[in-house]
Amino acid sequence: MDRPLGPEVVRIGHLSKQFVVRKDNSLKERIVGFGRVGRRHREEFQALHDVSLAIRAGETVGLIGHNGSGKSTLLKLIGGILDPSDGTVERRGRLAALIELGAGFHPDLTGRENVYLNAALLGMTRNEVDERFQAILDFAEIGDFIDAQVKFYSSGMFVRLAFAVAVHTDPDILLVDEVLAVGDEAFQRKCMERIGDLRDAGVTIVLVTHSLNVVQEMCDRAVLLHHGEVIYDGSPRDGVKLFRERLHQGAGPVDGTRHIKDVAAFGDGMSPGEAVAAGKDLVLQVALTAMSDIEDWTCSILVVDVQGRTIFGTSTFEAQGGEWQRATPDEVTVTFRMRKPALVDGRYFVNVSIQLREPQWAHLEDVVEAAIFDITSEELVRGLVRIDTSATVRPS
Amino acid sequence: MNAEARFAALEAQSFRGRRNGGPTESSIGAIGQVVQIFRNHQLLGLLVRRDLKARYKDSALGFLWSLARPLTQLAIFYFIIGQVLGAARGIPSFAIYVYAGITAYGLFNEIVAGGSNSIIANSGLVKKVAVPREIYPLASVGGALFNFSIQLGVLVLATIALGQFPLTVDLLYAIPSILLIAVWGSAFALLLSAATVYLRDLSYLVEVVLMVLLWLTPTVYSYGAVRDALTSFSGGEVLLEIYTNNPIALGVIGLQRAFWSAGHDLDVWPHALLLRLGVAILAGLIFLVFTHWVFRRLQGNFAQEL
Repeated sequence: MDRPLGPEVVRIGHLSKQFVVRKDNSLKERIVGFGRVGRRHREEFQALHDVSLAIRAGETVGLIGHNGSGKSTLLKLIGGILDPSDGTVERRGRLAALIELGAGFHPDLTGRENVYLNAALLGMTRNEVDERFQAILDFAEIGDFIDAQVKFYSSGMFVRLAFAVAVHTDPDILLVDEVLAVGDEAFQRKCMERIGDLRDAGVTIVLVTHSLNVVQEMCDRAVLLHHGEVIYDGSPRDGVKLFRERLHQGAGPVDGTRHIKDVAAFGDGMSPGEAVAAGKDLVLQVALTAMSDIEDWTCSILVVDVQGRTIFGTSTFEAQGGEWQRATPDEVTVTFRMRKPALVDGRYFVNVSIQLREPQWAHLEDVVEAAIFDITSEELVRGLVRIDTSATVRPS
Repeated sequence: MNAEARFAALEAQSFRGRRNGGPTESSIGAIGQVVQIFRNHQLLGLLVRRDLKARYKDSALGFLWSLARPLTQLAIFYFIIGQVLGAARGIPSFAIYVYAGITAYGLFNEIVAGGSNSIIANSGLVKKVAVPREIYPLASVGGALFNFSIQLGVLVLATIALGQFPLTVDLLYAIPSILLIAVWGSAFALLLSAATVYLRDLSYLVEVVLMVLLWLTPTVYSYGAVRDALTSFSGGEVLLEIYTNNPIALGVIGLQRAFWSAGHDLDVWPHALLLRLGVAILAGLIFLVFTHWVFRRLQGNFAQEL
C-alpha cells in the first residue's frame, strides 16, 4: 500500500495466554474437590504462545487462522479486555473495540439513549456525541425509530445503529471481530466505504475475520496464527495462500480427540482431496472409536463455507427419522450421503460433533474444520446455492 | 483529523500496557485507575440512568415503586413488631424511628446486594468493552444512592407532616452517617462484585448475611435496650462495643440521631457518637483502598471467567 505509516501504536512482546478451564464453579464443589481432586477439574489451555508483534499507526492488519487458533484472544488482549499470562501488551491512542456490535445496547432504552450509552462505552464524551448524532442517525437510516425502544427494532435496524455508533467514534485504533458482514449489501458497501475513510484518516485497524477475501481486499498485512503461535506475518496475498494450504492439511486423521478419529469428505466414487464435480453425490465418512459405553448419542455435521456461514447441518438423529444410537460397538463408521448437493463452486469445511440426548443435546466432542472439500463445475454460478434452471427465449 | 495530524499526536503519547503477572495496567496504580474512572464519569452517569430506567420500565408508577419495599417494611415493623409485640414501648414517634433506620439500612443493603451482582449482570459488557470495570459496581452504588434520596425525601416529608421536622444541629449527623454507609457499602460492593465472579455462591450468602445484619442494627428496637441487655452480665461491655462499632449500626444510629427528634433527650445513644462516626469513616476509606486493590488483582481474569 502506498499510504504512509505512522509511529508504532501497538507493541506486543513475548505474549502468552493460558486459560484455566475449571469444571466446578460452586462452593460445594470447590470444598469437596479441594486439593488433589480439585486438580482433576482444572484444565490448562494455551491460547497464545510467545507472540511478538508491532503495529504501526495507519496499518490495517488482518488476523487469520483456524477457529481456536487464538486470533480472537489476541484481539481481546490488544483491547485490554483480557490480561496476559506472560509478556507485555502496550498501546497508545484512543481505542475502540468492535468485539461485538451492540454489546452495550439495552433493549428497554430508546435508540437515542443507547447511542449515548454505547458511544460512552467506546470512549466518547457527551459533547462529541452531540456533534456527531446527526451523522450517526443518517448513517444508520432508521429515521423516527431513534426514539423507540430498541427491543422494537428489527435485527437489521439494530446492527445498523450499532455499527453507525462504532464507526463514528473516531478512534486511533479500531479492533474489529467478525462484524463487517452486517445488514444488506448496500449497507455493507457503506460500511466498507466508512472503514476506508477511517483508514485514510490514519486509523489503525486490526480485524479478525474468516473471510479471506476481506483480508486480501482491505488489509496491508496479514498475521496467520496456528495453535496460538504466529506462523506468518507479511503480505495478505501470501498469508492467505499459506492459510489455504494449512487448511488443507487439517483434513484427515484428527489429533487429540477421544472419539472422532478420522473424517473424510469426497465425491461419490472419488477419493478424498479430489475436487467434487457439481451434481455428484457427496459422501462424508466419520470414523468413531470408544463408543460402546456411550448411551443415546448422535453424530452431527455442519457444512460451513469459507466465510464461516453455515450452509447445511444434519445429524444421524435427523437423517434416520429421530433415532438415538445406543449399544453400538466401540468402532463405528458413520456415513452421510448427500444427494446432488446444491453447492456452488468453492471450498467448504465440515464440522463434526458427537451429541448426547441427555442433557439436551450436550456436545460430547466437537471437531471444527475436520474435513475440507472443493466443489467445481463447468458453468459459472453466482450466489449461495445452485438451482437447476432451464431458460427459454421466444418471440412474444 | 487527517493522518499526519493523528500520527503526530500519537507520537507524543506514551505507551500504556499490561505486563505478565501485573494484574492491572502496569504503568498506573490505584491512583491512575481512579483517574480513569473519573474520566469515565459520564459513562458512569449513563449506566446509573440505564439501570434505573430499565428497572421501572413500562410501569405506570415508575420510581414510586422504589418506595413500596421500605413502606411495606415500615408497616410490618410498626404494627407487628412495634404494637403487637410491644417494641414501640419506650420509643416515642416509633414510626419515624423505624423509618429512619430502614432507610439507612436499605441504602447499605441495596449497595451491597446490587453491587455484588454488578459484574455478572454486566457480563456482556465486561467481556467486550475495555473500560475500567470499577464502573459497574459504582453504577450500582449510584443507583442505590438515587433510590435512597427518594426515600430520604419521604422521611423529610413525614417529619414535616407529623410536625416533628428535626430543625436542630443534630440534623448534621445525617452527613457523616450517609457518607459512612456509602463508603463501607462501596468497599463491600467492590470486593464482592469481583469475588462473586469466581464463586457464584457468594451472591446467595450475601443475601443471608444482609438479612442477619439488619437485626444486628438497632432499626426496630432501641440502642438503649441492647445496651441494657448486654451490660446486665459481666463481659457484656465487650460485646456492646463490638455491637456499637459495627459501621452499619453506627450509620443507622447516626441517621436516627439526625431525623428522630423525639428521642434526642432520651438516654439511648452511644457515647462519643460523632467520634465513632469519624473513626468508622476513616477505617472505611482504608478498607475501600484495600478492596479496590483486591478488585484490581481479580479483574484481569473477569473476561475469561464469565
